[in-house]
Amino acid sequence: MTAYRGKYADELIANAAYIGTPGKGILAADESTGTIGKRLSSINVENVESNRRALRELLFCAPGALQYLSGVILFEETLYQKTAAGKPFVDVLNEGGVLPGIKVDKGTVELAGTNGETTTQGLDGLAQRCQQYYTAGARFAKWRAVLKIGANEPSQLAINDNANGLARYAIICQENGLVPIVEPEILVDGSHDINKCAEVTERVLAACYKALNDHHVLLEGTLLKPNMVTPGSDAPKVAPEVVAEYTVRALQRTMPCAVPAVVFLSGGQSEEEATRNLNAMNKLKAKKPWTLSFSFGRALQQSTLKAWAGKEENVGKAQAALLTRCKANSEATLGTYQGDSAVSQDASESLHVKDYKY
Amino acid sequence: MSCYRGKYADELIKNAAYIGTPGKGILAADESTGTIGKRFESIKVENNEENRRALRELLFTAPGVLPFLSGVILFEETLYQKTAAGKPFVDVMKDGGVLPGIKVDKGTVELAGTDGETTTQGLDDMAKRCQQYYTAGARFAKWRAVLKIGPNLPSQLAINENANGLARYAIICQENGLVPIVEPEILVDGSHDIDRCADVTERVLAACYKALNDHHVLLEGTLLKPNMVTPGSDAKKVAAEVIAEYTVRALQRTMPPAVPAVVFLSGGQSEEEATVNLNAMNKLKTKKPWSLTFSYGRALQQSTLKAWAGKTENVKKAQENFHGRCKANSEATLGTYKGGAASSEGASESLHVKDYKY
Repeated sequence: MTAYRGKYADELIANAAYIGTPGKGILAADESTGTIGKRLSSINVENVESNRRALRELLFCAPGALQYLSGVILFEETLYQKTAAGKPFVDVLNEGGVLPGIKVDKGTVELAGTNGETTTQGLDGLAQRCQQYYTAGARFAKWRAVLKIGANEPSQLAINDNANGLARYAIICQENGLVPIVEPEILVDGSHDINKCAEVTERVLAACYKALNDHHVLLEGTLLKPNMVTPGSDAPKVAPEVVAEYTVRALQRTMPCAVPAVVFLSGGQSEEEATRNLNAMNKLKAKKPWTLSFSFGRALQQSTLKAWAGKEENVGKAQAALLTRCKANSEATLGTYQGDSAVSQDASESLHVKDYKY
Repeated sequence: MSCYRGKYADELIKNAAYIGTPGKGILAADESTGTIGKRFESIKVENNEENRRALRELLFTAPGVLPFLSGVILFEETLYQKTAAGKPFVDVMKDGGVLPGIKVDKGTVELAGTDGETTTQGLDDMAKRCQQYYTAGARFAKWRAVLKIGPNLPSQLAINENANGLARYAIICQENGLVPIVEPEILVDGSHDIDRCADVTERVLAACYKALNDHHVLLEGTLLKPNMVTPGSDAKKVAAEVIAEYTVRALQRTMPPAVPAVVFLSGGQSEEEATVNLNAMNKLKTKKPWSLTFSYGRALQQSTLKAWAGKTENVKKAQENFHGRCKANSEATLGTYKGGAASSEGASESLHVKDYKY
């Protein structure tokens, strides 16, 4: 059998295509307890369950926001949480036409004999966990593999092991009804130029798609969540049109068009940068037989978080900020984003944290 | 370096794109001396250089034919031959807007320890040979790898070895100005169904594109010459629309959109079958970010050969017949073929020869 054709095949294809609906994208709200703690700490909010719940309620119930989203990635705790009024978040999302997704990896561990390179764990018992998540309402999953660029990195071992892990995760998801988002993030850290990033990205994506083929993954029922192709964080910036050209070319050279959509990670770009780059890609006149959309975490939530600051009286203001970014990114998927001259200071703030650990 | 960016890069991209011009395709006239001998035997013509020259002149000077062709693949002998009036064949082609191509492989040899599987030879001094061919006017090349379907075939060894050979050949061609046609032919021999063929084709193509990426081949400056996805020669036939669906899907799942065009081999299908199948592919409504055209040998020449029968008085009739097939396939690349070009004897005749050796 060349590719998965089991009982979930049609559903996987339909859901993957839906996530790639032009004008929509993904809100990545799957910060682990530890990671969300860092965010809350930056706005002086205590990292307790009720605050985590309150933040996610603020996001999911922001008036008008859900129409710009096709999916939201959740952390396990959030999958089972409800609004203050008692309505399960999963129901809020489903009613808003948004597919609930779930982070299923268990973080990274170092690969012995490498220069700090990692692989991602989480395969043990993954089938059972996926079944539970499906029952709870999840319809797609996410697994983040991490690679870095250096003098001798990424090594062939790191590429192979991460690609293989992604492929194993992907087929197990499909066997259990979840569309796997394949995320091979190549960190932006470094002083390399955009050509080096393109080189590495193409090598990594080629390895991923070979692994997916080896593992019989149904490409029509997957999504890709790659980094954009950019210069390193310590190198001079380039125009969005250049990021767009290099990124789309990398995808043209490696990603079969059976994959319905690409949902880019923002990786430390500011809210405005991420939107502008996505917009430039959708304006680019080139072969693009897949939707190009977003799966942003920090680049959708940063100014919202700051506006909220943990205070009930700020909820309306914070939700308005989220709506602004969702609408902007929706336009970016259509190539119609005009930019915002009155953009808030936070929207331009770089969100890059060196050697970022989730 | 991610992929070839040397002095021929722009020319390779331009030539590969030109070969994929809608309405045009390739005439595969690169039969080796031994193989053309078998053809001549079937029409009782002596296999000498003059007859080989006369046949090719018949083809290349047939009135009105060159506009339907973007390229012709030649055997080495033919590259240096001329019309009876003394005009080099490569000039005839150039004047007609047709790129001359050259077969550069040196046939297959068996892989020890396999069940009759083969790999292709020809890498020794290939760079030098390519330079000579470029000087003689060639602008693209062809290398045929062969795989077969059986209970345990193709083996991983055969897939890996043939994919690697194709990738080495491809980069050497590019370094020397020739667009490489990548041809991983999976023989139609056998009683397997179309699903099995799809399985194997997808696995083989995935391996090829991984190898091409590993070897830094510039995909925008290559072409693919695959088999169509069909049932085995001993299995029940299916409709052209089914072949179209399976074939295009296999390409969607494995071939990056950076490749500008697919030039199908006909593999033993009759002239009419090969045209009708290609037509169905171009009518299919689905993602097809590459041209789908032909690189036919037997399926363009069979009835023409019979009409000629080696006699000068038959040349005009043979050339008219050849024009009919070229026009039919040109229409097939546009999805506008209506049938009816099968007027002469031989157009519907299966050209399958079991375990065909060139």
